[in-house]
This record gives sequence, C-alpha cells and structure tokens, in this order.
Amino acid sequence: MGDAMALTWRQYRLERRMFWRNPSAAFFNFVLPLLFLIGGGAILHGNQHQLDKLVPAIAGMSVMSTTFTALAYNIVFLRERGVLKRIRGTPLPTGSYFGGVACNAVTNTALQIAIIVIAGRAVFGIGWPRDWAELIVFVLAGVVCLAALGVAFAHVIPNFESTAAYVNAVFLPVVFVSFYAFDTASAPEFLRNVADALPLKPLIDGLYGAMVSGSGLPSNLDALAVIGLWGVFGIWLAVRGFTWEQRRG
Amino acid sequence: MNDAVPAIEVRDLHKRYGEHEAVRGVDIEVRRGEVFGLLGPNGAGKTTTVEILEGYRTRTSGEVSVLGYDPSRRQLELRRRIGIVLQAGGIYSHVTPREALAHWARFYPRPRDVQEVLRLSGLTAQADVRSRKLSGGQLRRLDLALALVGDPELMFLDEPTTGFDPEARRGAWATVRSLRALGKTVLLTTHYLDEAQELADRVAIIKDGRVLAIGPPRELGAHPPGAAQYRVAWRDGGGALVARQTDDPTRLLHELTSEALARGEQVRELSVSRPTLEDVYLELTADG
Repeated sequence: MGDAMALTWRQYRLERRMFWRNPSAAFFNFVLPLLFLIGGGAILHGNQHQLDKLVPAIAGMSVMSTTFTALAYNIVFLRERGVLKRIRGTPLPTGSYFGGVACNAVTNTALQIAIIVIAGRAVFGIGWPRDWAELIVFVLAGVVCLAALGVAFAHVIPNFESTAAYVNAVFLPVVFVSFYAFDTASAPEFLRNVADALPLKPLIDGLYGAMVSGSGLPSNLDALAVIGLWGVFGIWLAVRGFTWEQRRG
Repeated sequence: MNDAVPAIEVRDLHKRYGEHEAVRGVDIEVRRGEVFGLLGPNGAGKTTTVEILEGYRTRTSGEVSVLGYDPSRRQLELRRRIGIVLQAGGIYSHVTPREALAHWARFYPRPRDVQEVLRLSGLTAQADVRSRKLSGGQLRRLDLALALVGDPELMFLDEPTTGFDPEARRGAWATVRSLRALGKTVLLTTHYLDEAQELADRVAIIKDGRVLAIGPPRELGAHPPGAAQYRVAWRDGGGALVARQTDDPTRLLHELTSEALARGEQVRELSVSRPTLEDVYLELTADG
C-alpha cells in the first residue's frame, strides 16, 4: 500500500513536470480563462451586479476545462500514441497511475480557482469568498464529477484528430446554456431546465453562493445533488468503458 | 518459482473474435534462457498469441503459463518479472529517456542502473533529449530500454525491426544478442525470415492461427514436417531440367545414375540440396 502511494506521488510529479513543459497545455489552462475574465470584465465594467455573476461563471468554466477538456484530450492522445498500453504492461498499479493523473488535474483546478479568486478580489471588486468551506466542497465535487465525465467521454472519441471537434461539441453548448440560464432569469423555461439538469450550472450556482452571495451550503444542496449524480454516472461510465488501447481499423 | 519450469508453456491455445478465430490450437514451450522466434506472415496470429502471454488479452480456451503464472490474472508479481516491447508503444513527448527510465525503474523491485541501461541501448548521447526530438530508431531503442530497466527474466519483442533500415536492423539484432548474453529469455515475433534465422535458438512457424513447424532454424530446414528432406535436380537426356523432392536421395541417385549408365548417357547438372528455412517457410506459408 505504501508502495502504491509512493508510485502515485511519482506519477503525480511526472505529470506536473510534463504539464509545465507543454506550453499549449499551460496556455489553455491558465491564460484562456484569464482572457475570458479580462474580456468579460472590460465589457461589464462598472456593472457590479454583472461582474458578481461573471467571476463564478468563469470559475465554473475553468473547473470544466481543467478536468473534462484536459482529461479527454490527454487520454485520447496517450491512448492513440500507445502510452497507455505500455503503462498497462508494467507493474505500475492502475490506481497509482490514475491517482497521479487525477491529482494533477486537481492541482490545475486549484491553481486556476486561486487565480480567479485573487483576480475577483483585486480587480472585480467581489471581495474574498464569503464561504470558503462551500467553495472547497463545490470545487471538489465539480472536479470529481467533470474529471470522471472527461475520462468517460474519451471513450467516445475515435482518434486524436477529432478530439477538438468532439470536446467542443459538448463544452461550448454546455457553457453557453449554463451561462445563459445562470445570467438571465427570464431565459425560456425549457433552457433553464436543461441547464439545471447539466452539471455546470449547478456548479456555478454553488460557486456563486460561496464566492458572492454567501447563501451557504444548505441552500445549494440540490445543486450539489445534481453534481453528485453526474459524478456517480461519470465514474461508472469511466470505469466501465475504459480502453487502454486504440481500437483497430 | 522453480527454474526447471519452462519460461512459457502454451497448450491448445484458442482465441476467437466473434466469428473469426485468430488462434486455433497453438502449442509452444519456451525454455529458460533461449531466444524463441514466432515466425509467420502478417495476420498469422503472432501478435494475438503474444498479447495473450503479455496479459493484454484473454484467451478463449487452452492453457497458458508464463513463468508459472496465468497472465490473464494480471498479477503484479508476474508483471515485475517480464519486459514488453510493443509494436507501437508510445512514450510521453515531453520527457527525456533518462527521466522516463528513472520513472519506470521505480515500478520494479530490483531495477537495473539507469545509466547502464542507457549505455546498453545506445542512448547515452540522447539521454537528456526530450523524446519528441528523438528519431524513429532512437525511440525503438528507448522501447527496449524501458522494457529492460526492470531487469526482467523474460522479454517479449513484438516485431522489433519492422520499418527499420538495414543498419538499424543490425543494431537491433546486436541488442537482442546482448539480451541473450544477459541470460534473458526472449520471445520474439517477426515476419522476417532472416531475423528468425539470425537470432532465434528455436523457431515456430505460425500461419492462420496454427503452428506449422517448430524447431531450431537449421534443423527446421533439414527436417520440415510434411516436406521432403532433399531436392535432387538434373538435366535429362532431352535437355530439360528435372527436379524431384525425396526423403531418400541415395536410392534416387542410384536409380538415376544406373539408368544413365545403362543408356550410356551423362547425368548433367546434377545437384542434391537440402531445403533452407526459407524454402520451408515459403512452402508452409504459401497460400492455397
């Protein structure tokens, strides 16, 4: 067991090293959400009510991009290149491998949220989060749920060239619907129902409660439940459908 | 684990993919310390067989033992004692050979020294170059280095020289010979005849999921099952070239020469040859 823990740590160290050596990964993880934040902040400048909503929305999107998007890309790439198959043939325990990969995603998410929290305090006038515990609970729930869904989604993507198309076909509509329903109380009921049933809008609701309104965890338990259900579904799909090698043909 | 136990034992192995039966009753025994070649055309069932032995696939039926373990159970103890070189096993692009080997070494209880493995695989000069900048041949050497770093007793090499230029092939052959010198048992698959002949102590010729012949390459040439042992050729009285396969060249030559003497003719361009492994291979794997 100690051995498996040590190997998880080694895998995590390797994943971190590779992350920093890959400029495009670092860019998508850190710079892109910041650009959204800056762009949105410039448009909504002076409208504090809107800025209050922008920051948690971008935070929610960041959780999705550092887990769902990053893992789907990573796994399809490693599967196609035969890295996963090679690892499968070594004595590295499966749990240590995925533990290292998951901790890497958690680190990226945590760094990302930290940047957004600091930017929210320093630039967007929303102050420090009202409820740190709720923030941590929702970020963790979001990471587990969206990471599992990312691994599960990798199973659907046939090859690396089509990864961007597949990922964006999910990511962009989900972000759009969730942002729209979160921002616009007058959004059509149908769209609001769709957004509430997907994991991102409940995550943003929870983050809004934690970062801005301070409404407290008890008032967002239904949002947490939706994320939890998607998480269970995602883990089931991720484990059940996982393939270590590229399908032939 | 007892050293008297063969490194690999396979009995009546079958693997079916839906309607298609890729492996149809393979029997193989690989002894400790030998280089065993699995030779056959593409699609013969070599890789399927090897991937069952490596624990990547489950068998449909039959008995399989690798170092005394059932590979389908994927026990850690077995994976610590084998090294696998896949046909297309990739490696992280942003990691150097030295880093990859140091990482891999931690998976194993008694790894080899990373520096030594770099030297053995001819990667000392590229030790600190990120793998995405390595050439194809250097990446294949890294494949071998990663399989070797855990100091395995048994190594699987699946078509280790496919796509190599002649010089790279000779380099890879030298490496396989050095594995034998280290006392490793090696199971090698190849569709190159000369490779099997050059490297393997024993060869199994496999086609359509069945073992057609098994034995040392030289003996396989001399005693191919189902094929004649000798080929006798000569030019007959009319000047036509005649060739005949026989298991008893003495009798054939006696008849031939007696008849010629009786007619007062010469037996011209007479030759007696034993089929090479190549003849056997081509004969056994011919279509139809």
